[in-house]
Amino acid sequence: MAEPKYETHEYDVVVIGAGGAGIRAAIESSAQGARTALICKSLFGKAHTVMAEGGIAAALGYVYPDDNWKVHFRDTMRGGKFLNHWRMAQLHAQEAPARVLELEEWGALFDRTDDGRILQRDFGGHRYARLAHVGDRTGLEMIRTLQQHAVHRGIDVFMECTIMRLLKDGDRICGAFGYWRESGKFVNFKTRAAVLATGGIGKAYKITSNSWEYTGDGHSLALWAGADLIDMEFVQFHPTGMVWPPSVRGILVTEGVRGDGGTLKNSRDERFMFRYIPELFKAETAETEEEADRWYTDKKNARRTPDLLPRDEVARAINSEVKAGRGSPHGGVFLDIASRRDAEYIKRRLPSMYHQFKELADVDITKESMEVGPTCHYIMGGVRVHPDTAAATVPGLFAAGEVAGGMHGANRLGGNSLSDLLVFGRRAGLGAAEYARGFTGVINVGMDQVEAIAQEALRPFENTGEESPYVVQQELQECMQSLVGIIRTEAELRNAQEKIAALKERTRRVRVEGHRQYNPGWHLALDLKSLLAVSECIAASALERRESRGGHTREDYPKADPKFAKVNVVLRERNGSLTLAQEPLPEMPEELRQLLEEKQ
Amino acid sequence: MASDYTIRLWRGDATGGDFCEFRVSVEPGMVVLDVIHKIQATQANDLAVRWNCKAGKCGSCSAEVNGRPRLTCMTRMNLFQPGETITVAPMKTFPLIRDLVTDVSFNFQVARQVPAFKPKAREADGTYRMQQEDIDRVQEFHKCIECFLCQNVCHVIRDHPEHKRHFAGPRMFVRYAALEMHPLDTNDRRELLKQKMGLGLCNITKCCTEVCPESIHITDNAIIPLKERLVDEFYDPLTRLLKKLTGRQ
Ligand SMILES: Cc1cc2nc3c(=O)[nH]c(=O)nc-3n(C[C@H](O)[C@H](O)[C@H](O)COP(=O)(O)OP(=O)(O)OC[C@H]3O[C@@H](n4cnc5c(N)ncnc54)[C@H](O)[C@@H]3O)c2cc1C
Ligand code: SF4
Ligand code: SF4
Ligand code: FES
Repeated sequence: MAEPKYETHEYDVVVIGAGGAGIRAAIESSAQGARTALICKSLFGKAHTVMAEGGIAAALGYVYPDDNWKVHFRDTMRGGKFLNHWRMAQLHAQEAPARVLELEEWGALFDRTDDGRILQRDFGGHRYARLAHVGDRTGLEMIRTLQQHAVHRGIDVFMECTIMRLLKDGDRICGAFGYWRESGKFVNFKTRAAVLATGGIGKAYKITSNSWEYTGDGHSLALWAGADLIDMEFVQFHPTGMVWPPSVRGILVTEGVRGDGGTLKNSRDERFMFRYIPELFKAETAETEEEADRWYTDKKNARRTPDLLPRDEVARAINSEVKAGRGSPHGGVFLDIASRRDAEYIKRRLPSMYHQFKELADVDITKESMEVGPTCHYIMGGVRVHPDTAAATVPGLFAAGEVAGGMHGANRLGGNSLSDLLVFGRRAGLGAAEYARGFTGVINVGMDQVEAIAQEALRPFENTGEESPYVVQQELQECMQSLVGIIRTEAELRNAQEKIAALKERTRRVRVEGHRQYNPGWHLALDLKSLLAVSECIAASALERRESRGGHTREDYPKADPKFAKVNVVLRERNGSLTLAQEPLPEMPEELRQLLEEKQ
Repeated sequence: MASDYTIRLWRGDATGGDFCEFRVSVEPGMVVLDVIHKIQATQANDLAVRWNCKAGKCGSCSAEVNGRPRLTCMTRMNLFQPGETITVAPMKTFPLIRDLVTDVSFNFQVARQVPAFKPKAREADGTYRMQQEDIDRVQEFHKCIECFLCQNVCHVIRDHPEHKRHFAGPRMFVRYAALEMHPLDTNDRRELLKQKMGLGLCNITKCCTEVCPESIHITDNAIIPLKERLVDEFYDPLTRLLKKLTGRQ
């Protein structure tokens, strides 16, 4: 056979993405004996997971023995406004404790209780203190532990390598095609199975806690390969991002600040969250400031503070306060822990928040309030997967972590992502390895499809005009921020769709300077395609869901609609265009339904 | 209020290059990385730079700013006077790929040689019991964001690239210390440290500690205790034998 034109590798399982989900998947797949590759856009260990702060939700019951998977399941479903795939929520709640203990066995050192076990922290929407954590740098501990474990297993890691397309042989996946960022050269992976673990889409928005990597690549790779996406209208705006100075706008302020005693205030020094308690959470939320403050130490006799309502509720409340003219000087609200906890405690519990505000905003959070406001943080929607195996709707394709949909329904609870990565990362690795083992045919990669992708990828060097990828990205971010943001209307969404279509057209003409070696302009030009594809998906689904629920708020349909409580919005690409359908949620077994109805 | 600055950025690749000057108007609150991004978006689209978190958490954006190794995302522009010229160069110790991006694969290679964590058995109730004060020190080491600034500044490899073959560098000493002092670990890496990782080449200049953005006391808390352990180990055959027979400590 002739030398292949492009560098080619062959594996049983290729894992795309090396955050918590991807590394955990690769570890499992290799433990199952599958030849496994792990691919990521950045250096190994720099994925988003490294930035996670607050903790990993798992009903270990070390701090509150009353906690168990059933309570965690119930909290997750309530937080997700019952749109979650019940089976995913169940597996997640049941398996998260074992996955956390496993990390400990691989070397992670979580903060301890007085009796030497793993300490757990309070977070929004969780009935009990449940988050295993390491100060406010839990993600770092998690990714390093996984990374080192993967290295010791001898897994092949391809870093600074971006996958542009999945390759197919008939109906099934047979490979992935991408480029080395360093050299700009193309690289081809032949594989029996592919696991998507690419994270989210935050770079579609102007104000975001997410990095350059979050361009929705995995969502788009799946869509283009023919897989179903669900729930794409549900984008989480974290209530507390930094708002000042402008250059740090959007950087996350962990929910741990409120978990550890911080409270939100408006310009009149009112703890306004008491005015925004929705019906669903009335029974379990404190009515007075006195009760809320008592709750931190007495969970039995006091109800939780409304500062820790699920994120969608808090983000909307902040939005309303600012709109009503009661915001802080730079258009946020105040987050005060300084007047509520002593400096020593704050520095010990929240060292990186202390550092971040001190260094970037000249604010000493042990002495002054922080200014905070909503920031695009997470996408609940994603690739539709089988809950037990993480298989997508295309044979040979699997997905786990933020890129997968279903687990979090309409709104994710804090801490439930890191646990999701571990539980479903492992299941995806297992599912993919089993699939690869059962695969008997030959892997046949049609070189025509590869050639077409390569040609297309080089176009920005050949284009003439003046269109800059940076300008297109900026315009897209403004469009999504202002028209497909926290509060949406039909007119604005339609307007957004037109703009996105126009930007798509312009993207075909973007031109980049220089050569292929480590060229961020070119990388962005290529990322724009997936960024636009996911933006289109979000706008289309948001238009379809004519109600307000969780991370999706329609000003023109301000109430939750029981009709929409029963359906997912499903997107597919067929013959090059996006199709959309409402499909019924899977039926929940009676014994789980009862868990949701029980008064606790 | 915006003010103008002159930035000199290294542009080039393994074959050569030079500093290029850019004039940039800087808004309040901006950090050096913002300025680099602004230049990238408006004046030099193909300018190569690494970053991810923009909040000092991922360790991607390391460079030398006015000669000092720093995270560019945590270096505020108000550290400098308006009108001042600021020079940003790639880390010197690692081979240049392009502009501010260097080939840091050395660090990943030495990481592969670290003998794995081997935990002891769990308690009967399935937990591991550890007191917070017994893990404080190791948690300090786990704060490392792998920015490799300490590796960059360490003269053992900065001035003598040939040492890279037998010197793991301060980042890796932190890693070894984290494993050696981990209350659950049962593996022993001391001989390797002495023979292959070149701990002896470190002459405790503390330059690494000075640049660590996570304020890890690399020399005092990691390197010196490791050196002491090796001394105990190698000069005291009797303890060594005892330790071998009884397990660690
Ligand atoms: C600041 C911050 C704080 C957070 N805090 C918490 C918390 O306390 N608790 C919690 O539960 N959750 C938290 N989250 C959310 C959580 O961290 C993320 O949802 C989670 O880490 C996502 O993990 P992942 O494995 O799905 O993807 P990531 O960790 O984002 O990894 C994605 C990987 O995919 C790779 N990739 C992407 N596209 C491609 C491509 N085309 N080709 C090759 N590789 C590609 C990337 O390089 C990267 O390696 C936080 C998020 C942020 C931003
Ligand atoms: S103290 Fe040792 S490791 Fe650190 S910079 Fe000096 S010689 Fe290098
Ligand atoms: S020890 Fe400090 S300087 Fe060295 S890599 Fe880690 S964080 Fe960076
Ligand atoms: S960009 Fe993450 S440390 Fe600077």
